[in-house]
Amino acid sequence: MSTAAPFDVEAIRKDFPALNRLVRNDRPLIYLDSGATSQKPVQVLDAEREFYELHNGAAHRGAHLLSEEGTEIYEGARGKLAAFIGADDREVVFTKSATESINLVAYSLTGSIMPGDEILITESEHHANLVPWQQLAGRTGATLRWFTVLPDGRLDVDPALITDRTKIVALTGQSNVTGVNPPVADITRLAHEAGALVLCDGAQLVPHHPVDVRALDVDFLVFSGHKMLGPLGLGVLYGKYAQLEALPPFLSGGDMIEVVRMEGSTFQPPPARFETGVPPAPLAAGLAAAVDYLTRLGMDNVAAHEESLTAHAIDALLDIPGVRILGPTTTKDRGGAVAFEVDGVHPHDVGQVLDDQGIAVRTGHHCAWPLHRALGVQSSARATFYVYNTHEEVDALAEGVRYAKRFFGV
Amino acid sequence: MQLESMYQEIILDHYRHPHHKGLRDPHDAEVYHVNPTCGDEVKMRVALKDVGGGHVVEDVSYDSLGCSISQASASVMSDLVIGKPVAEAMRIGDAFLELMQSKGQGEPDEDLLEDAVAFAGVSKYPARIKCALLPWMAWKDATARALEEHDG
Repeated sequence: MSTAAPFDVEAIRKDFPALNRLVRNDRPLIYLDSGATSQKPVQVLDAEREFYELHNGAAHRGAHLLSEEGTEIYEGARGKLAAFIGADDREVVFTKSATESINLVAYSLTGSIMPGDEILITESEHHANLVPWQQLAGRTGATLRWFTVLPDGRLDVDPALITDRTKIVALTGQSNVTGVNPPVADITRLAHEAGALVLCDGAQLVPHHPVDVRALDVDFLVFSGHKMLGPLGLGVLYGKYAQLEALPPFLSGGDMIEVVRMEGSTFQPPPARFETGVPPAPLAAGLAAAVDYLTRLGMDNVAAHEESLTAHAIDALLDIPGVRILGPTTTKDRGGAVAFEVDGVHPHDVGQVLDDQGIAVRTGHHCAWPLHRALGVQSSARATFYVYNTHEEVDALAEGVRYAKRFFGV
Repeated sequence: MQLESMYQEIILDHYRHPHHKGLRDPHDAEVYHVNPTCGDEVKMRVALKDVGGGHVVEDVSYDSLGCSISQASASVMSDLVIGKPVAEAMRIGDAFLELMQSKGQGEPDEDLLEDAVAFAGVSKYPARIKCALLPWMAWKDATARALEEHDG
């Protein structure tokens, strides 16, 4: 085990094999795309491998030792995830992704939404927390409403949009473009006073900040394992138990049933009601190892490290003539996603020049097309930071952007 | 340097000084295409002329937002197809598609593709192939619709 001292980035980096590889032109990889997916430490890879090597039985079925061990590992992971966000074990549902978690809620609510009801979202949502609500509105005849964004990317929270017609409010905990942390707890209080449910998209929040679902008081929180050092293919839905219990199943089949007869079936209570098929126990083992890793670092320390990198990146990029940052230019209520545009160089070309120097960033609209439109741009380049990033890498990003300007002669 | 193999001077010249940009009349068909992964967009118009039982590309004009590769590709493409019989222009389009799918191994026919051979380096970057193809796909779509206008 490494990382004896809290936040020794050099020690942390040794745990991530991908950070040792060379990329284009034999340059070391500078990975600034953790907002899309994080790299994985050996502890996570080992946990997944150990599952397959020693405990590979189908969890929740079988009367043999391997199946029992698989069940223990899978349910143990649920407990770790629950403790990580301050929930009860039975309030944590494993899904394929944060996107599936949102779809689960949106589909399961279909029967309780009527024409004339309203669904409230925000203009800054990732498409994953936008399109499923458009679809729900289309299925039910409900009206979709949204908080708009201000020029600096913060939400224009108009309380008048929350009425007794509002049935659910769905909003991000941290924008994947501007990094903005909206006032989720305040909006949740207003929504609950109006009798509405609240779903928070925590895909960019949970990996980077300490989160306590009881303090936020949201009814549902979704996030994905692969953005928090865990394996690809496993997402989480947290729901207050009473709210989960009120929802009908989404995907149905084996494991989620109570009694099956040819005439019809009854279903398990949550969380089992929402999990069908052989459980992805090795992914859960990997995600549990990721939670252990983050817990050992301390989420306060993770957040502080990223805040320092973000402040550095904002300063270094704004120091370059012609660079505009989408989103706030201070770190107040703002996480570590720094999207920017460079006057005269298309984001895709900025990304290509950076890639040539071994620097991995995201380019495009980052699945937040309406947000880009609202901020008056077609697309952007985006750097995101995590536990393994260094200040030297931020300097390399800024130097890379300067080089892109020279390359394109602007 | 790999970067220079993608961003050939010919490409950067077309990007900075695009040919045939700006929508023009008359036209037989207009289409709007986007690259959903990055948001790049092109609106393209095609005008055809009936010549001796066949069709000739009389004019292509476009308005577009996008990266250097997609902008330069639109400029090079319009140079290549304007004035050519539709069947010949389609053959050039097929040759360009083949070049883009060559993973950097293609040996393009310079007599056929002219400035478009400069895009050979782009074919090594899977994420950028769609950028180069966006205007060609729009042109093929617009031309198919224009043919319906003429023959339909």
